[in-house]
Amino acid sequence: MRLEVALPVIIPLFFGALTLILWRWRLAQRVTTVVGTGLMLLSALWLLSATWQDGILVMHMGNWQAPFGIVLVSDLLGAIMVVLAGISGFATAVYSLTSMSKRHEAFGYYPLLHLLLAGVNGAFLTGDIFNLYVWFEVMLVASFALLILGGERAQMEGAIKYVTLNLVSSAMFLSAIGLLYGLTGTLNMADIADKLSYAEDPGIITVIAMLFLVSFGIKAGAFPFFFWLPASYHTPQVAVSALFAALLTKVGVYALFRVFTLIFTQDVDYTHEILLWVAAATMLTGVLGAAAQFEFRRILSFHIISQIGYMIMGLALFTPLAIVGGVFYIMHHIIVKANLFLVSGLVYRLKGTYELKELGGMYRSHPMLAILFLIPALSLAGIPPLSGFFAKFILIRAGVEAEAWWIVGVALVVGLLTLYSMIKIWAEVFWKAQPEEHADRPVHGSVGSGVLYLTIGGMAALTVFIGLGAEPIYRIADAAAHQLLNPSLYIDAVLGER
Amino acid sequence: MSPQFTLQSLILRTAAHFLLPLLLIFSVFLLLRGHNEPGGGFIAGLVAASAVALYMFALDIRSAKRVLRFEPRDLLGWGLLFGVISGVPAVFMGQPFFTSQWLELTLPVLGDLKVGTPLLFDIGVYLVVIGGVLLILLSLAEAEE
Amino acid sequence: METLMAFTVGGLFAAAIYMMLRRSIVKLVIGLVLLSNAANLLLFTQAGLLRGAPPLVPEGAMQPAGVVADPLAQALILTAIVIGFGVLAFAVVLIHRAYEVVQADDMDQMKDTDT
Repeated sequence: MRLEVALPVIIPLFFGALTLILWRWRLAQRVTTVVGTGLMLLSALWLLSATWQDGILVMHMGNWQAPFGIVLVSDLLGAIMVVLAGISGFATAVYSLTSMSKRHEAFGYYPLLHLLLAGVNGAFLTGDIFNLYVWFEVMLVASFALLILGGERAQMEGAIKYVTLNLVSSAMFLSAIGLLYGLTGTLNMADIADKLSYAEDPGIITVIAMLFLVSFGIKAGAFPFFFWLPASYHTPQVAVSALFAALLTKVGVYALFRVFTLIFTQDVDYTHEILLWVAAATMLTGVLGAAAQFEFRRILSFHIISQIGYMIMGLALFTPLAIVGGVFYIMHHIIVKANLFLVSGLVYRLKGTYELKELGGMYRSHPMLAILFLIPALSLAGIPPLSGFFAKFILIRAGVEAEAWWIVGVALVVGLLTLYSMIKIWAEVFWKAQPEEHADRPVHGSVGSGVLYLTIGGMAALTVFIGLGAEPIYRIADAAAHQLLNPSLYIDAVLGER
Repeated sequence: MSPQFTLQSLILRTAAHFLLPLLLIFSVFLLLRGHNEPGGGFIAGLVAASAVALYMFALDIRSAKRVLRFEPRDLLGWGLLFGVISGVPAVFMGQPFFTSQWLELTLPVLGDLKVGTPLLFDIGVYLVVIGGVLLILLSLAEAEE
Repeated sequence: METLMAFTVGGLFAAAIYMMLRRSIVKLVIGLVLLSNAANLLLFTQAGLLRGAPPLVPEGAMQPAGVVADPLAQALILTAIVIGFGVLAFAVVLIHRAYEVVQADDMDQMKDTDT
């Protein structure tokens, strides 16, 4: 019995309930939230260290043995994702202490935040495919409500697109589960993988795999299905934007990694070839979309898409080094992307707008913020020695070794265009002089921005740390990739030695 | 955008006064028999919520809120808390989360009684369903007015 | 029976997509309802259609007598229906609020956030 496997799910649920009960006392809600997300981060770190030392950990919920009951499984990929969720959840909670107004808190921000984190962690840890669906829905319902926090017109419009496409994705997911259940008669992912390895008809399995690809592709914002993302991510409160950017699409990517390494490995030539094309198209459309934008958060939203392409590229190449690259990229991306959104929130707070045309002169007025922007921005573009450089380097090296030249070319070009986008933001927001016709309209002045600087600074420090300490991070990613490429480790851990 | 949200029916209004307690008792009955027989927290919660909803249609929102006494939000919170807490005792017995723990009591009047964590979980579900459904219904109805 | 169900599921999916492609947001919600029902029905059909007894083991026996229905699929559908109910309730509230803000039941009026 390993307690730590369930804690990252139980803790946010418990504190979410507490914040609901403490609704009338604003201070108590805020304290509970910071304590709760902090404890969640600690439990996640505990889980990662336990998984690192003892291999894949399993908890049979309610003492019902696999494959009949629901299991929570923590392999290294899952544990890493939980830690990243903990970091971004904690950072968002601290950041929103200042950035969230009383009016927005009254819509139920804190309980929803906890519910979202519980859903995300549940999705990362569950070993049961239907349970994965349930956690997805928990996460989605919380995100729906967070998205319209405040109830402005743009939020409503964005939310309709977001809700519709995500519900389509859920219906696809449910249909795919139904087909898979009809085929194997089980829902436990390890058991499904085991049963499918004896399956005689690979055709139907590939069809199901494609259904999963579409469903998770929508959630991840992959190439033909990403339209909901740039239509909605720039509308909510900035703390919510940052959390969404860090976690939601990555849950889709995680699910892709899980099913396409564990379950659907029968016809790799076909499925992963499609994934490779999807990856290339995702990278290109994302970065080109960003190049056409002149609103801070819209540029960042489009960059989420192009970065998702890199992660899928790691999965699609399907060599040990490429998977390492994909896992490394996820780790780097979550921290950097959340941080960039937090920076955009601080800029908005100081200037009252997200439009690049109306911004300017911030290097002169706020040099500290400018430096804190440069660190994640250059990391995103892949400038050494920051975290993004190593993530891209591993992936491109893997591409070269697999002799997939064209995807390497795409990845390099997209890296260059990412740099262009980041330089565009830098030049417009920080470098050029403040346009005279647009005076500052600070939202709250710079009162109480200390906490915001602290959060952004902490995340930037993490980026530098991942860059400078790439060796240990690489070792963790390497071990995670090793577990992903040997599904028998996962299957044996869940079902026991047979 | 109807000006008149509630139905002005004397029959319904009179009936609602009697139906509300009956339905609430029935919901508790469903909740308690749920472990071994048809019933359980979810449908019990739906019955209770629909009882309050009926009251709301028959009279008005303010009286429905008064008769509910609690904020739906609080019910939701307590329900969630009960649900989570019901999983915890198992840990102290060295078993995984949510393993059922039973306590057998012999009471003078009721005879043998088995009380356990699944009951606590079901009560949690009951409260969450009442809270959730009424939260949505009340906010929709208030937006209408 | 399976063939009939297959056509029903297909018809529901088709109707759902047709409704979602209309411009009205109310029809969008109807489409979403149909979509989740289609998925549930697919799950139900996949688990095998048979008139089985409840899967209860008689006292003293080690396995149920005769053919029994698969309870797991029904549990799954029940869960999916409950989740669908919650999500749908949210979608209705959302669309009501969106209608109040935008003052139109027309998707073409909601292009501000598109790029």
